[in-house]
Amino acid sequence: MLVGKNASGGIALGRALVLSPQEPTIEEGRALDVDREVRRYRTALEKSKAEISRLHGSVLEKLGADKAQIFEAHLLMIEDPELTDAIENSIRGEHLLATKAVKTAGDQFVSLFQAMDDEYLRERALDVQDVTQRVLRNLQGIESVDLTALTEETVLVAHDITPSQMATLSPKVTGIVTEIGGKTSHTAIMARTLDLPAVVGVKNAAGTIRTGDVVVVDGDHGKIFLNPSDADLRAHEKQREDLALQKKSLRALVGLPSVTRDHRTVHLEANIASPLDLQSVLHNDADGIGLFRTEFIYMDRTAAPSEEEQFQIYRSVVEKLGSKPTVIRTLDVGGDKHLPYLNIPHEENPFLGLRAIRYCLKHPEVFKPQLRALLRASVFGDLWVMFPMISGVDEVLAAKAVLEECRRELTAEGKPFRADLRIGIMIEIPSAALLADVLAAHVDFFSIGTTDLIQYVCAVDRMNEAIHDLYDPFHPAVLRLIRNVIAAGERAGITVAMCGEMASNSKLTGVLLGFGLTHFSMAPASILKIRKKIREASFSEAKVAAERVLALGTGREIEKSLS
Amino acid sequence: MEKTLKILNEEGMHARPAGAFVKVANEFKSAVEIRANGVTKNGKSIMGIMSLGLVKDSEITLVARGEDEAQALEKLAALVNNKFQV
Repeated sequence: MLVGKNASGGIALGRALVLSPQEPTIEEGRALDVDREVRRYRTALEKSKAEISRLHGSVLEKLGADKAQIFEAHLLMIEDPELTDAIENSIRGEHLLATKAVKTAGDQFVSLFQAMDDEYLRERALDVQDVTQRVLRNLQGIESVDLTALTEETVLVAHDITPSQMATLSPKVTGIVTEIGGKTSHTAIMARTLDLPAVVGVKNAAGTIRTGDVVVVDGDHGKIFLNPSDADLRAHEKQREDLALQKKSLRALVGLPSVTRDHRTVHLEANIASPLDLQSVLHNDADGIGLFRTEFIYMDRTAAPSEEEQFQIYRSVVEKLGSKPTVIRTLDVGGDKHLPYLNIPHEENPFLGLRAIRYCLKHPEVFKPQLRALLRASVFGDLWVMFPMISGVDEVLAAKAVLEECRRELTAEGKPFRADLRIGIMIEIPSAALLADVLAAHVDFFSIGTTDLIQYVCAVDRMNEAIHDLYDPFHPAVLRLIRNVIAAGERAGITVAMCGEMASNSKLTGVLLGFGLTHFSMAPASILKIRKKIREASFSEAKVAAERVLALGTGREIEKSLS
Repeated sequence: MEKTLKILNEEGMHARPAGAFVKVANEFKSAVEIRANGVTKNGKSIMGIMSLGLVKDSEITLVARGEDEAQALEKLAALVNNKFQV
C-alpha cells in the first residue's frame, strides 16, 4: 500500500498508466546506409506530425482555439527547416544514426532557448524537447500516450500532472496519483472540480507503480492499493458501489432548499475555474457561484486574454446562472500560480510577494481589461466582483478607484454596465481579518479564503510537506478569527461568505453555521453532502455548540469534539 | 529586397506571432530572412525567429530574395504592422 494526501474523495479502480516518459535510447554507431537513415527520420517525422495534428484537433474541439494554439507551434517547430536540415545534414555529412542526429540538433535548439533572457522564451526549450522526444519515440516505435483516447478504466500516475493535461483527460480516467503536491495544489483542486478521486504527494509513485498494474485509489483516506487480491478488490468494488449509492441518495436533495430544521436559510455555492465547470454546478444544484477563479483563463497561453475574450466568458457564465449570483474574483496570480508572460520576477517568498491585487494595482494594463470586461458582463446577470489578497483599507480604495475609472471610460464610450454591481473582498490575510469591522464599511461582502488564511495565521507553508501536520483548519486561532470576521460582517449588515476548503468540510458545517455564516462556497461535488448536513442541523443548537468549541485549546480537541 | 520595420505588438515575437509569420512566409517561393541586432535568421524557421528574442519596439529588417520577393515583402510587412493579426 502506498500513502499520500487525500486530495479528492471517492474510490477509483483501474489499470495504471504511468506517465514517466520512457527514455528513447540514442544510437551512437556510424550510419552505413545514409539514405535509409534519412528515410527512417522522415517516416518518424510524418508520424509525429500526424500525432500532433490529431492532438491539435481534439484539444480544439474540446477546449477551444486558445488551448490548441501550442500544438500549432509544435507543428511548425517539428518541421522547422533549420531543424530538419540540421538533422539530415548530420546524417549525410557526419554519418550519424537518425536518433543521434535528432537528439544533437534538438539539444542545440534547447540550449539556444535556455540561454535566453526572456523567461517565456526560456520555457520554449520545453516545447523543443517535447517535439524532438516525440520524433525519437517514433524512431524507436515507442508509443506516445494520448490521454484523450484511452480504452479502459485508467488510473493516471505521474510525477505531476500539468493543467493542460488535466484539461485533456479522457472520461476513461477514473483516478489520479501524483508524486508531488498537497491538498491545495492545482492538481488536487482540479481533481475535486472534476469529481475524480485523487491522492497526491505519494513519494516515488511513478517508480513503484507500473503501467498495467491494477490500482485502487482511496481518495478519502489517501491510500493506494496495488494489485489487490480478488477478495480485496471485491471489497473495494463494494465500497465504491456504496459511495455511488450514497451519492445517489444525495441526489434526492436536488431542488430542496438549503435550510436548517429551525428555518435558517443558507446559500451553498460552487467554486469554479472555467465555464467547463458549469455543468457540474447545475448538476449539483448550487445556489450560485461563490468563487470563479479567473486565473485559469490566463493560464497555458502566451499573453493575457483580451477584454473582449474575457467579456464573452463572464457573460456566458452569468447568463447560464440566471438569477443566481456569480462571484468573480479578479486575477489571483503569483504564489504558486505562475504566468510566464507577466514576467513577475523570481521571489524568495512568493506567497508573501507580488501577487493578486498587489500585482494588479501595479499593472493597470492587465487589471483594467478584466474590470472593464466584468462591468460589461454585469448587465447580463447577477455578477459580483471580488478582490483577492486585500491586507488593508488602502488596497480596497485603490482597487475601487481603478474600477471607477473603468466605469467612467465605459460611460464615455456608451457601453452599458450595472451601476449597483456588488463589490467584495477576500479575507485571507490576518491583517484584513483583524480589521474586518473597518473594511466592512467599504465593501458589500466578504469571502473568507481559508486556504491562505490558515497558511498565514499559522505560518505554515502549505506546499511544504515536512510541516503539513501544522496546517490545521481546526486550529482554535483560525476558528476564533473566522468567528470575528463573520460577527463584524453581521454587525455591518454585509454578506459574509466562505470560499475555502473549510466550507466543504462536513465536520465544520455546524460550527460555521453556529458562527453565523450564511454563504458556503465549495467544489460542486460537495454541495449536496453539505446540504444534507444543513438540513439535519438546528441553527440554535449550532450556536451553542460553536461557543463550546471556542473554549477548547487545541485543534485536536476541537476535531475530536466534532467527530 | 529589404524593408526595415518595428515590432508593434505587446508580446513581441512569441510563439503565436512567430508562427503566423512563418505561415505567411511559406506561401512564397522566395527565401525570407529577418535581421535584428546584427543577427540574421531564416524567416521560415519558427525557432530561428523566436531565438532573436524580439520584443515590442525591436527594429527588424525583412529580406526577401526570389521571383515573388516583392509580394512576399509586402504581405509580411503588413503582417508585422498589423501586430500579426491575420
